[in-house]
Amino acid sequence: MVTNFLIYGLVNSAILMLSAIGFSLTFGLSGVANFAHGAIYLTAGFTAWMLINYLGLSPLVAMLITVVLMGILGALIYRIILMPVRGIVLSEVISTFALGVAMIEFFRWKGFVSFDFSLPPFMKGGIDIIGVTIDYQRLIIIGIAVIMAIFLWYFTHYTNTGLALRGMAQDEYTALCIGIESDWAAMLSLGLGAALAAVAAVAILPLGIISINMGYDIFLIALAVSVLGGLESTLGLFVGSLILGYAMVIASTYLGPQWGQVVYLGAIVIVLAIKPSGLFGKYKELEERV
Amino acid sequence: MNEPIIKISNLCKSFGGTKATNDISFELKPGEALGIIGPNGSGKSTLINLISGFVKPDQGQILFKGKNITGVAPHKIVNLGIARSFQMSRPFYNMSVYKNLIIPISSPRARKLRGGKYGDLDEAAIHLLEEVGFERDSQVPYKEAGALPHGYLKRLELARCLALEPDIVILDELFSGMSMSEIASVVPLLERIKHEGKTLIMVEHRLTELFKIIDKIIVLNFGIKIAEGIPRDVMTQDQVTSAYLGSEVETGA
Amino acid sequence: MRTNTSQRKERIDRGIKVRSDEIFVLASMRDLLYAIWPKAIVILAMLILPLLKDVVGMYWLNVLVTTLVVILLALSWDLLASAGLVSLGQAFFFGVGSYIAGYLSFRFGWSPLFTIPTATLVGALISALFLYPVLRLRGIYFGLITFALPLLLGRLIEATKVLGGTEGMSALPPLPGITGKLYLLMFIVLLTLFGFRRLVSSNYGLVLQGIRDNDRAVIAAGYNIQWYKAQAVFIAALPATFAGAFVAHHFQFVGIPAFALDYSILPLTAVVVGGAGTFIGGALGAVILMPLSELLREFGSLRVVIYSLILLIFSVGLPEGLFKYIKRKYSQIERLTTMEEVKHE
Repeated sequence: MVTNFLIYGLVNSAILMLSAIGFSLTFGLSGVANFAHGAIYLTAGFTAWMLINYLGLSPLVAMLITVVLMGILGALIYRIILMPVRGIVLSEVISTFALGVAMIEFFRWKGFVSFDFSLPPFMKGGIDIIGVTIDYQRLIIIGIAVIMAIFLWYFTHYTNTGLALRGMAQDEYTALCIGIESDWAAMLSLGLGAALAAVAAVAILPLGIISINMGYDIFLIALAVSVLGGLESTLGLFVGSLILGYAMVIASTYLGPQWGQVVYLGAIVIVLAIKPSGLFGKYKELEERV
Repeated sequence: MNEPIIKISNLCKSFGGTKATNDISFELKPGEALGIIGPNGSGKSTLINLISGFVKPDQGQILFKGKNITGVAPHKIVNLGIARSFQMSRPFYNMSVYKNLIIPISSPRARKLRGGKYGDLDEAAIHLLEEVGFERDSQVPYKEAGALPHGYLKRLELARCLALEPDIVILDELFSGMSMSEIASVVPLLERIKHEGKTLIMVEHRLTELFKIIDKIIVLNFGIKIAEGIPRDVMTQDQVTSAYLGSEVETGA
Repeated sequence: MRTNTSQRKERIDRGIKVRSDEIFVLASMRDLLYAIWPKAIVILAMLILPLLKDVVGMYWLNVLVTTLVVILLALSWDLLASAGLVSLGQAFFFGVGSYIAGYLSFRFGWSPLFTIPTATLVGALISALFLYPVLRLRGIYFGLITFALPLLLGRLIEATKVLGGTEGMSALPPLPGITGKLYLLMFIVLLTLFGFRRLVSSNYGLVLQGIRDNDRAVIAAGYNIQWYKAQAVFIAALPATFAGAFVAHHFQFVGIPAFALDYSILPLTAVVVGGAGTFIGGALGAVILMPLSELLREFGSLRVVIYSLILLIFSVGLPEGLFKYIKRKYSQIERLTTMEEVKHE
């Protein structure tokens, strides 16, 4: 029983981390809270589905293409929608929010609601670990989550592009002075965030059917994990997902299924009220007020 | 009354790994004028932020008129009698100059101290603008603050401080960006502020102009106070010149 | 030397605007009419509409109620924005007001005459208390917490089954009389509209705007900005909690839908379309959008899509909003003038 709980808590944490990683990257590196993050996740799912079922592509190829397409979508979202209102926080938030709702409700209107809409898992079947049966897909999710986290950490700390983006986030003016183009950097961070959302989608969606409301839930989950862990902190992302992952499993098992949602929504409210920079957030002096 | 009006003891503040303020101590008598100088990055603005309460010190103590104001909220410090200007002075751009002043003039302290002296806010605002050099009947007070040229903005900043009827006025690089004639026109005003008994603290880079006003200076470098005294004595000290100009690198041999 | 003539746009104030702007002297009836007639027409329309109830029918009267409710939420939003607080969750205030009124009448049998004022005041107080911890933060954090709060409260009620749970509280006592109800609502709307405009241009409002523009300078002027922001939240919450309490008795039901995302999105769209910061803009936006939304009702989910696209297009394409645009056109003439460009060779 306990091992069951431990393993499935871990899986849930991995799911949370994967869902959040794109959002956290974008917010941390460009200051844009992409309210369309969940919508992109959903779109990725449907795109992959359409590539597999309408074009007959193999799942793996379809998924790879989806990731690239979503990355381009993210960059376009910046170029077309966000660039004109860059710096006006209100308009940035409202526009991505409106876009997100429009995308999600569009799918609902078009009737993408039924059991037909699911993605095939990478590998069927499962194995036993310490007496707990777990399917391969869930293990793969954990694996992908870890890989993405490592990639994120390496990218932001060791590559030139990543460091440039972090420079932008910390002090835009100085970064501009040393030749880092603000718009290009923002486009890149949105594109990457969207691509990561797509990776999460193609890995996680095979676990069930693609449900339209995931568009909203994924965004809130990403927000909760990022706020709890602290922005621009890979460690925070990691720890935040672990805490929330296990908390959600405990809540839904012992209190009831809707309590899972209460956990992450409550996390957002409580963390913002008590320690807005989260567990490991770095910009206490900059983001918070005196 | 020979009690110091403000006494700073062993003030320390670090940001991350950098010690911006490292064990700074000094005191001022009422009516004294102090200049704080030092190369860029020496911690002058941090010191101002610490005194005015915008930043909390890690260690140390600030006594104002005998009262411990360390860690007190900035708006409370203002109401106790310390007013400061900002280096990057940003007025409320969309409001007229006159409205910019209404806010400080209506503050709790200003209202209490002014009593009924000027009858109403308008008159108080106009009077204040006159004091800093805006002509009474000009249209300038009704212009949008964002449209003012730089010298006027600085004077507005000064007016904002004076509106609070402070005991100590702290000016963070008031002269920066001002032309020689603008500075010359502001100096009498600063003299008058001193004459009224207010204590003045000025952070500056324009040393010649500064030395005409202040009584003594403190030199900061890398957060440490490296010298204190009257300008003539301090400016000849080695560590001060090397702080500003750098020292010669010793070549081999 | 070559001269190129090209054209540029210039905007100059109309003569009548220049004369009537600093309204110290209205030189003629024409000046007076220019300044007054837009407001007069609106007030007149509002006074007449409820009397047309038999002509127009219950359905459209309900649309009117919803429109007025959205106007209240939009006005509330605008006041918060004037203090620099961007709310993404007007539904929070609305739901709090709704539930307090509902609970008082469901559980204790209070009449609407008591529940509505109580819910309005207590609701605003509770809202200000709940939001107090985030007032010290800047930027987007207020928006995020207001976004999450109504969703959280909705899920909590669903999960704990308190306050009626998923079924809500029904059969609440109604407000007496249809015309009476409407006039009450309109009165509150007008009171809020003119009251908030007055407030923001007063010296008190100046401090709030100062907090929005440069909060450090306001602190340096000796104000406790947290306290002022809390006051702003309280005052801004009042019309919103009132709206919630009113609707509870109008539909005689309170449930989780009181915290629905719609109540956050609709006023936001109204303000973005109409123009933030002007108060009238939000009202204008609501008046345009709500009936439009009703007409689109048969399209199902497409309605929300169109709504959000409107929001998107306006927030990016016309950030100043319709009201400011119209006002500008009303007061200024745009024309092309020629200018000469002298090129030296």
